[in-house]
Amino acid sequence: MRTVTIVGASLSGLHAARELRAQGFDGRLVIVGEEPHHPYDRPPLSKDFLIGRAEESELALTDADETAGLDAEWLLGVRARGLDPRGRTVLLGDGRTVSTDGVVIATGAAARRLPGDRLAGVHTLRTLDDARALRAELTRGHRRVVVIGGGFIGAETASSCARLGHDVTVVEAAPLPLVPQLGARMAEVCAALHRRGGVELVTGTGVAALRGTATVTGVDLADGRSLPADVVIVGIGARPHTDWLVGSALALHDGVLCDDGCVTALPQVVAVGDVARVGGTRAEHWTSATEQPRVAVTNLLAGHTAATARTLPYFWSDQYGSRIQFAGRYREGDTVHVTEGEITDDGAPGESGFLARYERDGRTVALLGVDRPRAFTRARRELQREERRWTEGARVEPAAL
Amino acid sequence: MIPVCRLEDLPEGESVRVASTPPIAVFRTEDGELYAIDDTCTHQDASLSEGWLEGCLVECPLHAASFDLRTGAPTCLPARRPVRTHRVTVEDGVVHVHLGAEEGTAA
Repeated sequence: MRTVTIVGASLSGLHAARELRAQGFDGRLVIVGEEPHHPYDRPPLSKDFLIGRAEESELALTDADETAGLDAEWLLGVRARGLDPRGRTVLLGDGRTVSTDGVVIATGAAARRLPGDRLAGVHTLRTLDDARALRAELTRGHRRVVVIGGGFIGAETASSCARLGHDVTVVEAAPLPLVPQLGARMAEVCAALHRRGGVELVTGTGVAALRGTATVTGVDLADGRSLPADVVIVGIGARPHTDWLVGSALALHDGVLCDDGCVTALPQVVAVGDVARVGGTRAEHWTSATEQPRVAVTNLLAGHTAATARTLPYFWSDQYGSRIQFAGRYREGDTVHVTEGEITDDGAPGESGFLARYERDGRTVALLGVDRPRAFTRARRELQREERRWTEGARVEPAAL
Repeated sequence: MIPVCRLEDLPEGESVRVASTPPIAVFRTEDGELYAIDDTCTHQDASLSEGWLEGCLVECPLHAASFDLRTGAPTCLPARRPVRTHRVTVEDGVVHVHLGAEEGTAA
């Protein structure tokens, strides 16, 4: 393999570049990025960056020394618009093409949008440029902020806006936020965090329309209410960035379909991070984006699936001064017990936080820690060990494509 | 020099956080050695005293960056910068931390 092209100058794209060099690939390495920036860390965008506690320079994932060491050709500020059916040519938005022997797809996901959200004052929060624009607006005096969507991005952004002193309302279409991720009982805890943070949480109603002519002035809810707003933040999830792969030989269905080893329908094309549906699951987790590239690159260089990437999912969220950590796989019907610490009468975590275990058929399958990092880490290690034991001996079959 | 706790109150394999500015994490390894480093991970805001101790390495509880307690050097990503190390002594059964970068530290 003489040339490998990484499409996506992202967290997972950078990790793929590191792995390629670490695993001995000494050929030509091309990294294509739609954004003009070198790889940066997104999690702080909704938190420390938004409240002005972190600057852009602190978001950089790499430095000049490492960049020189990677010896890659960076094509930044240009998007990929296609991959030929053989997977040997990447077509770029500016008309150029890159001939390549291997491809790592790391194009991530894009924030979902609402109809009419091109009004001034309406924001999404996914990229550095999104965060710059929102941060600028939030420092121009007191604002009435409506956050649409009570997921992790919505909750973290609402928390940051409240911390900056703005009036904040979160609108969530479901009866409670985060039920699919955490189950109803722990979702109640997250709802209580909003209340504790002084943020109003409106649940059980969707958004009918955004109001305003040039600039947004309010949000009309499906139940007839109307919320005045100077700033609206749309946090309704993300869509994997696969449009550019239509017409390639790859199978696409809410992500690029890969086997357990991140290998697509073409053995010399692998996918990692938010865009990859690995063995039937697409995770939008920072940790997956850093772990999958090792396996993907091993398989890319081997020319077949020699290793698999099934690790215990892990994510965290910082909101309203609390640190939420989750590991494992929650499914509806799992029972949940608080095994350390407590939940107070107002439904929020107690002063020393808590650790909760999700159980299915007598086994722990997932963990939630709030402000209890040491207990969480210990339990997560145990769960990892247990899962490894559980899957050992089981024959690993590549997922059907 | 900051008194931390009595030695017997810091069992092997445990750690304690000193709320100095900046905060310090003091570790007693399974081998009984004492080490002190800056408590805040150089990657992002997380307390290393709450991390996972294995031998002379501590793993950050948030993103699994790992640091060598002897040198403060990161041993894996996502951390790229070292933490400062501090000298630890035991006087009359009390653990003390001596603030300031040690000679030979990676900082």
